[in-house]
Amino acid sequence: MKYQTQKIALVYFVVAMALFAVQVSLGLLMGYVYVDGNFLVDLMPFNILRMLHTNSLIVWLLLGFFGAAYYLIPEESEREIHSTKLAYLQLAILVLGTAGVVVTYTFNLFEGNFFLGKEGREFLEQPRWVKAGIVVAALIFLYNISMTVLAGKKTAISNILLLGLWLLALLFLFAFVNPANLALDKMYWWFVIHLWVEGVWELVLAAILAFLMLKLTGVDREVVEKWLYVIVATALFSGILGTGHHFLWIGTPGYWQWIGSVFSTLEIVPFFAMMAFAFIMVWKGRRDHPNKAALLWALGCAVLAFFGAGVWGFLHTLHGVNYYTHGTQITAAHGHLAFYGAYVCINLAIISYAMPVLLGRDPYNQVLNMASFWLMSGGMVFMTFTLTFAGTVQTHLQRVMGMGFMEVQDQLWIFYAMRFGSGVAVVLGALLFIYSILVPRGEIVKPGPVERDRLTRDADHVVAE
Amino acid sequence: MTQTQTDQPFDQLPGDLMMWILIVSELLVFGAGLLAFMAVRVTDPAGFALAQDQLHRSAAGINTVVLVTSGYLAARAVGYANAGRIAATRWALLAAGGLGMVFLGIKFTEYAEKAALGIRPETHPFYTFYYLLTGFHAAHVIAGLVIFALLALRPTPRNLQVGAAFWHMVDLVWVLLFPVIYLLR
Repeated sequence: MKYQTQKIALVYFVVAMALFAVQVSLGLLMGYVYVDGNFLVDLMPFNILRMLHTNSLIVWLLLGFFGAAYYLIPEESEREIHSTKLAYLQLAILVLGTAGVVVTYTFNLFEGNFFLGKEGREFLEQPRWVKAGIVVAALIFLYNISMTVLAGKKTAISNILLLGLWLLALLFLFAFVNPANLALDKMYWWFVIHLWVEGVWELVLAAILAFLMLKLTGVDREVVEKWLYVIVATALFSGILGTGHHFLWIGTPGYWQWIGSVFSTLEIVPFFAMMAFAFIMVWKGRRDHPNKAALLWALGCAVLAFFGAGVWGFLHTLHGVNYYTHGTQITAAHGHLAFYGAYVCINLAIISYAMPVLLGRDPYNQVLNMASFWLMSGGMVFMTFTLTFAGTVQTHLQRVMGMGFMEVQDQLWIFYAMRFGSGVAVVLGALLFIYSILVPRGEIVKPGPVERDRLTRDADHVVAE
Repeated sequence: MTQTQTDQPFDQLPGDLMMWILIVSELLVFGAGLLAFMAVRVTDPAGFALAQDQLHRSAAGINTVVLVTSGYLAARAVGYANAGRIAATRWALLAAGGLGMVFLGIKFTEYAEKAALGIRPETHPFYTFYYLLTGFHAAHVIAGLVIFALLALRPTPRNLQVGAAFWHMVDLVWVLLFPVIYLLR
């Protein structure tokens, strides 16, 4: 660790991982509700479980991004973070807000209260005081990071990261718009969540990926930056108007069908570019960095994001297809692999890279971490397949044959049972990951004679810092 | 390092790599739009022909000449900039931009005429594509005018190459839109 304030990231990552554990556990409970519809119905209705599952996902990913920024900005700008106190104050506000949301969802103590109560929405449902708190925390964060970058060295990575984080905060302001019209309500919701995950979060993702590639492969910064600009340009070009693919069949004007179909088809391009970027950097790279787990997560991120966001997104993005698949399990399949591949994996990659440094442990506990990658990713890919099959059957029975929703759900039981199984694998993988990051120390794998010989002959082998 | 070899084909592109990424992206979007237009047209050839008869073909023809001439002037501006003739570069840019304004004037007269007739994007699939494709194109013409203004402020040869490449793309797209939307029977 070159800069003391990078330590801030440690707390952010730990809180993020705790929420990650909560999020996947709630997911597992929901997976069981699909198997047995009355499970927990009196204690925790499905809609509350889902709100907790999706919102905790977003919050922990954001905490991971904040942690990543606090970790990599000092190295990029070559100076300490502007204020450590502000960074911890920001985290405290976010944790308090998260607790407030959970309490409000679960017990609904302040029904009807303007500031404390629920807003009655399906998504973007936080009490207004929490929304205001999020804005305050975001302002603190942006002030803190911007002051650091402005005072220090400006690199493409820190500029793109900062641009992504600024736009992320600005777009959240749409969450305050709460129209009575349901179609408009959904439209503003997509202004936040689509423009986040298919727009500005891609900037954050690309910046973190570029940072990791720079550190792990040792490729020239100039080369990394050129790729970064191409990825960012194609992401914004396709992603902004790609919002139109959420406006298919929800009551927005018909011209969105073509805008959405054409632009969102191109959204596959930046994800393909990211995958090409990651692999080409590793092939060209001359550095033999010992943190193979971080590299595995980074490459896994690029591949699974391409399939989850790119391929599975394209699967139902054309409006003629979406007419039948809208809101079926196809959407759930895409949502799971896209969020996992793009944003869960990049967070776990930067955590895998940064935590050993932050904890002062060297070398790294690789084997458990890498096992958790395969367990979690295998589970998630299997889940994606079961949900895709469920969605295909559902689309046919419900949308083509015209069977009733619940009748169709009965037909899908076998897929839901298999999905529950894959969910168990994901939760075990997540717990294993957290264990492998936090607990084992100094597990040294000594290179065998063949590897030792190779390393001494390899002129390009550079021991990482 | 090996990177410099693989990057060579990109380095040979005139102007800036990012502009070429943008141009390729734009051509993909307009190409996809035109393909979709043709595909939907197959489902209702008579309706499309009827709707097309409402368009002002001669105005669009004049606009084609206007825009291509503007493209020629932009190309001249690049030549002047390469020769270091700053004043001539700015005059050529002004003329190219002026013709861009003429194009927009004619285009918006056309839109006003359609609006007065009560023709909207929802009127017929033909008009959905008409408004989307020509509307997106007109937005790019406006963007081109902004770029011309920036070029006039910083008329370096490299900037001119980048800006003119964008303007030629706008030209090219119109030359593709015009026959398909206005003329194709």
